[in-house]
Amino acid sequence: MCDQTFVAATFGPCECCEKASPLMNIYIKAEAINYCSFCVEVMACAGLTAGESVASLKKESETLKKKLEEERGKLSDIELNQVAEKVEVLGALAIKTRRVLKGHGNKVLCMDWCKDKRRIVSSSQDGKVIVWDAFTLNKEHGLNLPCTWVMACAYAPSGCAVACGGLDNKCSVFPLSLDKNENLNAKKKSVAMHTNYVSGCTFTSSDMQLLTSSGDGTCALWDVESGQLLQSFHGHTADVLSLDLAPSETGNTFVSGGSDRKSNIWDMRSGQNVQSFESHESDINCVKYYPSGDAFASASDDATCRFFDLRADREVAVYQKDSVIFGASTLDFSLSGRLLFAGYNDYTINVWDVLKGTRASILFGHENRVSRVRVSPDGTALCSASWDNTLRIWS
Amino acid sequence: MAEAPQQQQEEEEEEEQPSSVEETEADEESEEEAKESVHTTPPRPLLSMRSMSTVDPDDDSPNMIVYRKIEDIVTLIQDEEEGVPIRTVKSFMTKIPSVVTGTDIVQWLMKNLAIEDPAEAMHIGSLIAAQGYFFPISDHVLSLKDDGTFYRFQAPYFWPSNCWEPENTDYAIYLCKRTMQNKTRLELADYEAENLARLQRAFARKWEFIYMQAEAQVKIDRKKDKTERKILDSQERAFWDVHRPVPGCVNTTEMDIRKCRRMKNPHRVKKSVYGLVEEGTQSQSPILTPSHHCRKGTKEDVEKEILFLNTQIDRHRMKMSKVAESLISYTDQYMDYDQFVTAQEPANPWNSDDPSLWELEASKEPSQQRVKKWGFSLEEALKDPAGQELFLKFLESEFSSENLRFWLAVQDMKRRPQQDVAQRAEDIWAEFLAEGAPSSINLDSHSYERTSQNLKDPGRYSYEDAQDHIYKLMKSDSYTRFLRSNVYQDLLMAKKKPETEQGRRTSLEKFTRSVGKSLTGKRLTGLMQSS
Repeated sequence: MCDQTFVAATFGPCECCEKASPLMNIYIKAEAINYCSFCVEVMACAGLTAGESVASLKKESETLKKKLEEERGKLSDIELNQVAEKVEVLGALAIKTRRVLKGHGNKVLCMDWCKDKRRIVSSSQDGKVIVWDAFTLNKEHGLNLPCTWVMACAYAPSGCAVACGGLDNKCSVFPLSLDKNENLNAKKKSVAMHTNYVSGCTFTSSDMQLLTSSGDGTCALWDVESGQLLQSFHGHTADVLSLDLAPSETGNTFVSGGSDRKSNIWDMRSGQNVQSFESHESDINCVKYYPSGDAFASASDDATCRFFDLRADREVAVYQKDSVIFGASTLDFSLSGRLLFAGYNDYTINVWDVLKGTRASILFGHENRVSRVRVSPDGTALCSASWDNTLRIWS
Repeated sequence: MAEAPQQQQEEEEEEEQPSSVEETEADEESEEEAKESVHTTPPRPLLSMRSMSTVDPDDDSPNMIVYRKIEDIVTLIQDEEEGVPIRTVKSFMTKIPSVVTGTDIVQWLMKNLAIEDPAEAMHIGSLIAAQGYFFPISDHVLSLKDDGTFYRFQAPYFWPSNCWEPENTDYAIYLCKRTMQNKTRLELADYEAENLARLQRAFARKWEFIYMQAEAQVKIDRKKDKTERKILDSQERAFWDVHRPVPGCVNTTEMDIRKCRRMKNPHRVKKSVYGLVEEGTQSQSPILTPSHHCRKGTKEDVEKEILFLNTQIDRHRMKMSKVAESLISYTDQYMDYDQFVTAQEPANPWNSDDPSLWELEASKEPSQQRVKKWGFSLEEALKDPAGQELFLKFLESEFSSENLRFWLAVQDMKRRPQQDVAQRAEDIWAEFLAEGAPSSINLDSHSYERTSQNLKDPGRYSYEDAQDHIYKLMKSDSYTRFLRSNVYQDLLMAKKKPETEQGRRTSLEKFTRSVGKSLTGKRLTGLMQSS
C-alpha cells in the first residue's frame, strides 16, 4: 500500500513506532513531532474515539437519569400533603423571642447546642467563638481564632470541648477548661485539613470523631486524638455546604448538600455514596434529617425547602410561597418532625407544617440574614444566629 | 435586554456614561395622571417575558436568582395596567414627579404575592427597597412604610444586577458634587459630611482631580431639565444609599464568602459610575478566580456516575402511600413530646424562666412521659440512660444480659480514639466470642465466621455484622418481653394511679429496686462504660 501522498521532508526512525519511514513534520501545541504517516493516523483516530466516548457516555448518563426519575415516579401513588389532609390542623403557634444573645462584634455564622439543653457555642465572621449559657445569657468561654469567617462550629457530646473551622481550611478541637483564666488556644488540637474552606462540622457519637464538609467538594471523617483521616467522601462536583449525621444510634450514614444542587447520602464505613437527590434549582445551603432518620430536608438559594424520603427515594414535599423570594440558608425540625424551622436571607424564619406543606408561622426579629437555626436537644427552644451579630432563643 | 416602551414612569437615559454600560431607553413623559390599576390579577403574575430584568437568563448564581425575581416584581409593579398608580404630585409650589405612596405598594404586594398580613408585605417591600429597587424620596433609610410616604422606582442603570462595586473615588466625586449644588434638599446629611471629610483626607493628593470631575458632573447635570434632574438626583442618591448605607443600616451588598468565587464574569472590571477611565481605576475584582467551579467531568467521572445510576435504578422503593402513613404516625407519636406543639408539665424553662423541667429530667426518677417513650422502640429505650439501665437490669434478672453488654461494648469501642480500637476489639472477642468466653453470646455460624475473619485485622467495623445480628435479636425477643415485664409496667403505671394502688405498688417497686441494686454491684466489668 502506498500511502506516501505527502511531501516528506525527512526520513528516519518514527518517534512513535521507531520504524524507519518518511516522516510527517507536524506540530502539536507548538511541539514538533516526527511520526510516520501511519502513527499520525492512529494518533488522530485515538483522539477521535476518546472524544466520542465521553460524549456518548454523557448521553448514556442523561438517559439513565431520566430512567431513574421514571422509576422513582412509579411508586408515587399519592402525595404526602394529600394523605395528611386527615391530620388535625395545628393550633396557632405562640412562638416568641425569649432571649437575645449580644456579644459578637460581627456576623454570627454558626451555632450548636450542648447536650445539656442550655449551653450554646457560636462563631462569627471576625474569628470569635463564644460559649454561652443561653438560659442565663452568661458568656462562659471566648476563643479568638486567627482566621475570619468561622463558618462551622460544634459542641462535643460530652460538653467538654468545641470544634470550629472556616476560611483557614481547618477544623480544630478546643477542650473547654473550667479555669476561666486559661487560654483555650493553648490546648487546641488541629484535626481536619481541607484544601478549601470548612463549611460544616459535627462530632459523631463521641468526642473522638469529627465529620467535616468543605468547599473543596469533599467530606471527611477524622480521628480527633491523632488527626488521622479515617474516611473521605468524594462525589460532589462543587462545594459541599452542609452535612448532617443520621440520628439513629445504629446508623452509619450522613447526608450532605452542596453547590452542585445535589444532596447525597453516604455510608461512613465505606465512603460510598448510597443515594442521591437532585431537584433544587440552586445551591443547597443546609441539610437536616427528619427525627426518625427515614427522611431529610434541604434549604436552598432557590427560596424553597424540600423534603426527601429515603424509602420512597424521592422528593415528597416542597415548601415555598410567592412571597418568599430570598434564599433559605438553614433549617431544622422540631422534636416530633411536625414543624420545620427555616431561616432565610430575608431576615425571617418561616415555620412550615411538614406534613401539610403549608406555612404555620413566620418569625420576625432579626435585622439581617439568618445564618443558622437549631432546635435544642430536648425540643424546648429554637436558637437562631444572624448576620445582625446576635443570636435569638425562641419558644 | 428587554425594552419597555409602555412604561409610564420616567426613566433616565444616562447619555453621559460610557457606552459599555447597559442602559434602558428613557421615555421622556410629561406628567401623567394616574391610571386605575386593574383589580383582577392573573394567578401567577410574575412575567419574566415582559420583564425589564437585566439579569442574563442563563446566570444562575445565587445573587442573580434573587435579583431576577425582584426585577420581575418591580417590572410588573410599574406596569400601566397591573401596577401601582405612579404620578406627579403637586405640593406647595412644586411638583413631585413620578411617585407612588407606600400604601399603594403594600396593597399591591399583598394582592400580587398572595400576602395576608400587611406587616409581611412591608417587610418584603423594605427588603426590595434595601436592595436598591425603589426608595423613599425624602429619606436615606431604605424601607417601606404603609402610609402616604412617597416612593420612586430606581433606574435600571443603577440596579444591583449590574454588579456595581463603586470605588471610593466615585463616592468622593458624588459627595463633592452635592456640595456644589446650592439646594437645601441636596444638603449633606451628617454621616455624609463625615464621609466626605474622611475621603478628603484619604485622597488628599488627587483631590484636585476629583474636584474637577465633580465640576464636570455638575455642568452635565445643569443641562438637563428640572424634572429630569429631580428624578435623576434622587435615583443617584438612592444608589449611594445602597452602596454607602446610613450607619446602622444593613449593607445589602455584603456577600456570603462561600458564594463569592463563582461570579459568572471573572473578568469583571470595576466600572465607574461616572465613566472615569483612569489608569489604576480599572482593576479586576479581587475575588477573581478562574471558574473552576464545577469540576470537569472526566471520562472516569461519567463512568462512575453511570455505575451509580444503574445501581440506583434497581433499588427497592416503598410506595408513597405507605411512606406517608409512616411519617404521619411517627410525628403523631412524638407530638406530645414536642414543646412547640404541645405544652408540657412542668412548663418550658425558656418561657417561665424556671429550670424545674431540666432538674426533673436530671433526677433519678424518670417521669411517666419519659418511661412511655421507651416503649416506642428499642432505639428510644437505649438512647435514654435510665431506660438503658432498666433494660439491662431486666436482662440480668433473666440472666441474659450478655447480648446487650456486647452491643454496648461495641458501641463504646467505635467511639474510642483510633489507636485504642484494635485492643478493644480483641478484648471484646475474649469476653464475648472466644471459646469459653465468660459472657458468651450466640451468633449464627456465618456471622461468627465473618467476624473472626475481620478480627485478623481488627478495626472499628469488625463487629458490624455481629452487632446488627444481636440488635435484631434483642429487638424481636428481649425487648418485647421487657415491655411486658413487671419492672417496666410498674414504672409506667406507678405514677398513673398513685392513690388506689400506692401501698402495694410502692412495696413492689421497692422490691424491684433492691433486686436491681444487688445485681448492679456485680455487673460493671471493665469493658462496659457505665451509663
